[in-house]
Formats: sequence, C-alpha cells, structure tokens
Amino acid sequence: MPTSPAKPGGPLLTADGTPLKTSLERSLKLSKLRALGLIFPPLLFLLILFVIPIGSLLTRSIDDSLSNKVLPKTLAAFERWDKTSEPDESMFEAVYLDMKAADKLDLSKLGTRMNYEKSGWRSLIKITTRGLKRIDGPPYKPAMLHLNKRWGDIEFWQSLGAMKDPVTLGYYLKAVDLKYDGNKDIMKVNKHNRIYRMLWWRTFLVSMIVTIGCLILAYPVAHLLATLPLRLSNLLMICVLMPFWTSLLVRIVSWMVMLQQNGVVNDSLVSLGVLDDGNRLPMMYNFTGTVIVMTQILLPFMILPIYSVMKTIPPSYMKAAQNLGATPARAFIRVYMPQTIPGIGAGCLLVFIVAIGYYITPELVGGKDGRLIGNLIAHHMQNSLNWGLASAMGTILLVAILTLYWVYDKLVGVDNMKMG
Amino acid sequence: MALPPYATPGQRIWHYLYLTVCTLVLFFLVSPLIVVIPLSFNSTPFLHFTPEMLTLDPNGYSTLWYKSLFGMCDAEGASLWTSCTDKWKVGAFNSFKIAIMSTVLATTLGTLAALGLSRAHLPFRRTIMGLMISPLIVPLIITASGMFFFFAKVNLVATLPGIVLAHTILGLPFVVITVTSTLVGFDNTLMKAAANLGGTPTYNFFKIQMPLTAPGVISGALFAFITSFDEIVLILFIGGPAQHTLPRQMWSGIREEISPTILAAATILVLLSIGLLTTIELLRRRNERLRGISPA
Repeated sequence: MPTSPAKPGGPLLTADGTPLKTSLERSLKLSKLRALGLIFPPLLFLLILFVIPIGSLLTRSIDDSLSNKVLPKTLAAFERWDKTSEPDESMFEAVYLDMKAADKLDLSKLGTRMNYEKSGWRSLIKITTRGLKRIDGPPYKPAMLHLNKRWGDIEFWQSLGAMKDPVTLGYYLKAVDLKYDGNKDIMKVNKHNRIYRMLWWRTFLVSMIVTIGCLILAYPVAHLLATLPLRLSNLLMICVLMPFWTSLLVRIVSWMVMLQQNGVVNDSLVSLGVLDDGNRLPMMYNFTGTVIVMTQILLPFMILPIYSVMKTIPPSYMKAAQNLGATPARAFIRVYMPQTIPGIGAGCLLVFIVAIGYYITPELVGGKDGRLIGNLIAHHMQNSLNWGLASAMGTILLVAILTLYWVYDKLVGVDNMKMG
Repeated sequence: MALPPYATPGQRIWHYLYLTVCTLVLFFLVSPLIVVIPLSFNSTPFLHFTPEMLTLDPNGYSTLWYKSLFGMCDAEGASLWTSCTDKWKVGAFNSFKIAIMSTVLATTLGTLAALGLSRAHLPFRRTIMGLMISPLIVPLIITASGMFFFFAKVNLVATLPGIVLAHTILGLPFVVITVTSTLVGFDNTLMKAAANLGGTPTYNFFKIQMPLTAPGVISGALFAFITSFDEIVLILFIGGPAQHTLPRQMWSGIREEISPTILAAATILVLLSIGLLTTIELLRRRNERLRGISPA
C-alpha cells in the first residue's frame, strides 16, 4: 500500500511523501557535498603549499614597506622639501632620529634596498650607522656631512622619492630596464645597465627556435609512428619516451659528453675529415648548446600531441583525395596537414610554455650567452638577494605562461593532457 | 607504410628521404643516452672515447668509476683519479627516502582529488582541475622562489618535511591526470551491479573499483616517484645539506669536476628509467586488457 498516493494534479511525491523535486535536490546537494569532501583535502594542501607561496611572490614583487618602516620621519621631511634646494637641518635631524631608532638588521637591508635606486646608498648607510654614536646632539647637518660628504649630494636625497610609497612598481620597471627618478617619473636606465630587455628577448628567441625546431623534427616522426603497424610503432615509441623518462641531469651530462670540444661529435667530425683538428666547433656552453639540448629534451612534448592527433586521421582521406586527382603532395598539404593543426598547436604551446621557464639546462650548458630569464631569477634569488626583482621577473614570466596556458586550455583542454 | 609498386622515382626519393629524416631524429633522441653507457666503463678519467676503447682493447675498459660511485675507495687504482666520497651513496639514500615519502603523499591526495573530480556533480570542476594541474605548468624556478619565501616564514627551509611537501606538490598533477583518465574509462554500472548484489559501498570500492583503477594509480605513483627522484631546482632552493640527494650530487659534480663517476651514475639512472618505462607500458596494457580494449 503506497503511503502517500499522489493526488491528481498535485506535485509528484516519492515513497516517503516528500515532493520528488525536493528529494532530488537533496540528493544532488548530497552528491555535490560528497564530491567536495573528496576534493577538499588535496585542494587545501595545494592552496596552502602552492597557491599561497606563489601569492607571496606577487606581494613581494610590489612590497616596498621597509623604507616607510625604518625612515618614517625622513620620508615625511622629504615630502615637505621642494626637491631642488639644499637639504636643511630638519631633514638631517629626521634621518638621524630614524637611524638612531632603527634596528641594525633593518638598516643593512634598507641600505641594500636603497642601493637599487642609487648606487652608493649601501655604503653611505653603513658608514653612517657606524658613525651614529659619534654624533652628540644638534646641529646634525655638519656632523653628518663630516661622516660622509655624500650626504650633501642632492641626488641621494632626490632618490628617496622612488621609495616613499609602501607599494612600488619599481621592480617591474627594473625588470624591463626602466626606473623611477626622484619625482616618480618613469625613465630608461643607463645604456650600459640595460640587460633585462635583451634577456627577455633572448628567452623568447630561444623558446621560439626550440619550438620551431621541435616542430620540424617531430612532424615526420609523429607521422611515421602514426602510420606504422602498431607493433613496430610501439617499439619506436620507446625511443621517444625513453629520453622523456630519463633524468634531466643525465640527459644534460650526455650532451656535454657529446658536444664538448673533445666530445663525441667533434671527434667524429675530425676523424671523418669534415673538420680540422684546430677548428673544432664550439657547441657547448653557448647559445647553440642551449638550443640543441633544449630541443632534444622538449622533442617528446611535441611528438606526443601531434602523434595522438595523427592517429585519429583515417588513412582513407588521403586515398580519397588522390582518387579525386590530387598528387600525393597536394593531398598531403590540402587534406592531411590541416587536420593535424590541433596537434601542432597543442605541441607548440606546450613546448613554448616549458621552454620559456627553463632554468637548469641553460645554467649548465648555456655558458654566458645562453643564459635565460630563469637563470637571472635564480641569480637574484640566490646570489644578489634582490628578492623583489626576482619576484617581479617571476611574476611577469608567470603571467605570460598562464596566458599561454589559458589559450592551451581553450584550444585543447587541460583534461585532454596525456602522459606517455 | 610500404611504398606502392607504381611509385614514381620522385616519390621513391621522397619516401627514403622521409625515412632517413625519421631515423636521424630518433637517433638524435636516443644517442646521447646510449653514448654514456660505454663511456662510463672508461679506464681513464676522460669523457671521450680513447683509442683503446675504439679498438675494443679490454685495457681501455674498467669498472673503476662504478667502484668510485659506490664509495669503494680501497679498489686498486681508484685512488689515482677518484676522490673518495660516500656522497653518492648518501645522495641515493636521501633521494629514495624523499621520493618514497612524497610519492605516498602525492598518490593519496591525488587519488582523492581524482575521485572527487570524476564525480558527476562537482561544482567548479574545470577550475579545480586547472588548479590541480598548475604545478606542472608553472616553471619550477617560480615555484621554487615562491616556496622559498613561504617556507622561510614557517621554518620549513632546509628540512626534510619541507622538501617532501614540496615534492608532493610536484607529483600531485601526475597522479590526478593518470587516475582521472582511468576513472573516465571506468564503467559505473559495475558499481551499481555490485550494490544490487548486496555489497556495501566500502566493500565495493575495495573489491571492484580499486583493482580496476589500480594501474592508473600505480602509473601515477611512478610518475610522482620519478619526478621527485629527479628533482633538482627545489632541492637547490629549499633543501639543506641534510637533503643532499642524487640530483644534487650530480649537479655539483657537473659544476665542479665532471668525471666518469657521473657517467656511471647516469648509466644506472638510464637503466632505471628503462625499467620504469617498461613497467608503465605493461601496466597500460593490463589496464586496456581489463577494460576490454584489446590492442589492435
């Protein structure tokens, strides 16, 4: 006996008397919650250990609060100053009081920070910090000028202008060879200090060459793999996948053995008589080395997507085209190639995305003129300790990559990404 | 892909050119790895083929560098060129330790995520999937910098948990991708049938779903393992001296003095990767067989 017979014209009811709609909604909600419950732990893990760290990179790239923390009075005095006249006693007093109150560690960090705006600040701050206790009361101006005459240099005072806000775009400007002057106007840096634009350009160029090189090398191989009988193509596939699976460092070592001055390639060329023993080709520790090694390392990333697209193209299409009178070449260009464009797009984007952020390979085989933007980020992270600049460069790179990734997702879909 | 008998000479030339190019490209892919193997048996500290090696003279070959790799310093002649160090052994041990720990973590979390992602009614599915895969897309140098800032704040720099957690993040996308793609092919009517036959959801999960998705989980785990085992950038940025791994040792070897010991290590790693590749291929076939997709 049904517990709640549905009234004619009334809402549909389930066995326990609740309307079907409510019941379905509840079960949908439960199912959603269950899915969210499963995804929650890994998502939280990823948010804390990946998304927040990347976020900290972004905040660090614009953070300039140190100068406000250490030199509040000085920056206030700077605001009152007309930026052109000789700094007066009140400004010196502000600097003295700020530095007197500041933490030693903060001062040394600040010196490094100020040095980015005008070189000489670091030593000036250091000298002044050391001499501070020898100043006993006002007037401060002559005492500080006595400590170091650079305090009288108006350019140092003017450079404070670039540091007065707690948030700065200065690191981003620096990353593209621009800087603030004292009035926060944007200007180009000195000609002999311009390196970043050149490096961005070189990174783009290397990624482009590697992508095109990979495409040229990958296309015939992918075609071969897609058309050979499965047993044979599986065997060749191992050749493609093996480098993919071997340690990156192992591959780099192998290339060093191959390409160095006394390496296998040069030795073979000399013994074949192609090259003179005296003019062995320099193929390692330079631009060429970076390009060759990166091409080999990234080649599987190009072969696999093109192969998987070619696999889906029925061979009958080519036959049909030829049957209709096209020459093999024409059939290939007009019928086969257009169908492989999704694979080409996916492969190119993938290779470009990976290449643009490369660090290890150029570091080891790039020498001086094969270094890319990734190497400079590492340099600022580890050696020069200019973390703001490293973060800004990282952020620019990240935005470029995420844009490409977005395009990739629109074109291919990240769900379709295949491994091996 | 044979040539039809009526092919014109032009087509023949084109065809053989095509085959030559393909062979050269495959050679380009594999040759550096193959060259390393004989060179690691060099009896001299040089990184090129000596005349003795080319004439296949047994005196040109030795296992000297393997002995040095395993820290066997008392081996005759070893002290001549090799510096006696157990750093390779320590490095290998650390690498295995870190890789195993992060693989377990990444596999657990990644499988959970994949199970969630393959549910029918997950909101923001695309966004979550994109987020889960993002560690694969963001360049390591950026991940490493960001993690360095964050880990420094929470005192995880130069600690074992720090590096294990960082490697887990890198391994996670691989597990998510492989397990999701296995789950997509999973026939849900099997679970319904099992429930109909009286199995509890937990029992059915372990008895039906798990054995069928296991190949995906295992190959995801292998990916995660090799990612961690091979990882160098994060080790350089957030690892300390106590996290001296095999790649770290290779890195300093390459930068300081490149000796055939590195080639010996490289050879072992090449063989290891061939072994892993075979395992994954076998798993893939098993998976296809189980799901009734017979290889043509």
